[in-house]
Amino acid sequence: MSEVSSKKTSEDLGVKKVYLESGIEVDPIYTKDDIEDSSIKHEMPGEYPFTRGIHSTMYRKRPFTIRQYAGFASPEETNERFHFLINNGQSGLNVAFDLPTQCGLDSDDPRALGEVGRVGMTVDTLDDFEIAFKNIDLDKITVSLTINGTAIIAIAMYIAMAEKAGYDISSLRGTAQNDILKEFIGRGTWIFPVEKSVKLVVDTIEYCAENVPKYSPVSVCGYHIRESGANPIQEMAYAFCIAKAYTDGALSRGIDIDDFASRLSYNFDIYGNLFEQIAKFRGGRRLWAKIIREEYGAKNDKSCWLRMIAGGGGGGLTKEQPENNIVRSAYYALISALSGTQTMALCSYDEAYTIPTEHSAEISLRTMQIMIHEMGICDTVDPLGGSYYVESLTDRFEKEIKEEMKTVDKWGGIVNAVATGKIQESVSKQAYEREMGMQTGVVDKVGVNIFTREEENKEVEFHPYNQEAANNQLKKLKKIKASRNNDKVKELLVKIKKDAEDDNNLMPSIIAAVKEYATVGEIVQVMKDVYGEFEEPIFF
Amino acid sequence: MKVLLSKPGLDGHDVGVKVLAHGLKDAGFEVFYSGLRKSIETIIQMALENKVDAIGLSILSGTHLVLAQRMNELMNEQNLDIPWFVGGNIPSRDVNKLEEIGANKAFPTGSKVLDVVKYFNELKVKI
Repeated sequence: MSEVSSKKTSEDLGVKKVYLESGIEVDPIYTKDDIEDSSIKHEMPGEYPFTRGIHSTMYRKRPFTIRQYAGFASPEETNERFHFLINNGQSGLNVAFDLPTQCGLDSDDPRALGEVGRVGMTVDTLDDFEIAFKNIDLDKITVSLTINGTAIIAIAMYIAMAEKAGYDISSLRGTAQNDILKEFIGRGTWIFPVEKSVKLVVDTIEYCAENVPKYSPVSVCGYHIRESGANPIQEMAYAFCIAKAYTDGALSRGIDIDDFASRLSYNFDIYGNLFEQIAKFRGGRRLWAKIIREEYGAKNDKSCWLRMIAGGGGGGLTKEQPENNIVRSAYYALISALSGTQTMALCSYDEAYTIPTEHSAEISLRTMQIMIHEMGICDTVDPLGGSYYVESLTDRFEKEIKEEMKTVDKWGGIVNAVATGKIQESVSKQAYEREMGMQTGVVDKVGVNIFTREEENKEVEFHPYNQEAANNQLKKLKKIKASRNNDKVKELLVKIKKDAEDDNNLMPSIIAAVKEYATVGEIVQVMKDVYGEFEEPIFF
Repeated sequence: MKVLLSKPGLDGHDVGVKVLAHGLKDAGFEVFYSGLRKSIETIIQMALENKVDAIGLSILSGTHLVLAQRMNELMNEQNLDIPWFVGGNIPSRDVNKLEEIGANKAFPTGSKVLDVVKYFNELKVKI
């Protein structure tokens, strides 16, 4: 090696030092020496450990799926939307739920006042699912349920609805978010103590592995963890620890790793340094494959796949000069594609202060379509593979994520780290440091602390609260409570309680209860009676 | 000066309230935080127990007017004179409404931590 080529650090070249958000120092130049130990030279996409992508042909065969998030207040509106989408050739929808449903409260609960249908669809009983999915062919549409605290009930309702409608549940598809551990770190729709919350997730995995094998019961979310203040290394590390907690739970029930690992998927965040994010995904994908094969002994390659939705995070967007967010989102989309995502979603440029308009939602969609159809992004798999910088950083991320996972082990594992507030404490401190860095100009943000201009006052808009829909929901609930077989409901609620006390899988008894129109609130209450509620550690 | 920061209603977004808690703590205030999903009753009770000088309500789900009205009712019922303020995802057109309802001050979307700290420093002088 010549004298000249070894001079490549910031000090050698007399330039300022640069650090990524993750704390990794970046050299001004990378060479083949930086990837000498890497196994990537011999690795092909679609081959273990999948650094370069989980499929051999990736987007050449089929571009990533575009799946934008949307919420509708009532089951009736949701049903209308489903029909609209099907008539327009779409095949999937994310269902958002209102906060009472997510927190296990019925519409007639005093704590639900002013919240019924506000941020998504209201569900009190199976009747609401039956209305939402009326005349929908469940074999043709895939439904994603964005719910966590009460996910076991929502999944039970989806299955019960399908069974009642005559579907064979052994071929029923669909997904649920159902990642309760991240709710304790960010987003906050937890209900039960941490261990019991994990038990419920494992119940859904076990039930689905045995009865609904094509259903994806869990999507582990690094996204919300990062939005809460975690850096990119922590985002991946905490998500992997969470996925391992669910995996360990499933294995302890005697399920084979290859019978459920391929049904786990991930939801990750994108904002910040372009190369850092790409390395995060490539290094993370390799590490996850190794964890599943080397630690858990999975034989099936599919079990080792890190399948993900990776979208532009709201955390990177600004209320100031909002049009700049269109440009940011285009870069986030590029990052996501260069990282080999399976599914992509982008925030709309105006989302930081208002309800996305049809116009802004269309720009997000077009951003992804322009990339697919004009930029050649789908032509070649893993186009950055072999880049000295990207490969070096990928190796580094694999190592650093692994190290961060050891830190969680030192905190007594993810369940303990979350129950004691250890992770919440560290991410909220980082969120504060990041915010102050932006406000004091330590971290550059265009339009916020550099290249600013006088801003016109942009008004924040919410969907107007639909009191009529809320009243209608209350009427429906009253009617159902009067017309259902209340003795039977009572008996089935007692059965859920008994199963909770005996530590049995709750899925069968919840499915039985929802079929008789037991409410979300009633089921959650009997579970609270046995499990108690999470006591939030107060950290900031 | 003691401040209670709180999360009324069902909204679980707590990044902002915790960022502010850090900011006030760094500026020398004694900060209490309620945790998520507390009723207005509980929040007032916590304020009294900790003898705080001000109460902050952080609301991002759009229910700020409903919750502020409840806050005002209970404060009046109990004849309390603790200044309270509202922050979170608040449209600027609701700032006046919230202050008319009884909030000492409302911080609309986009407010900066340092501005809020400045307001508290001024409040401190008055108290």
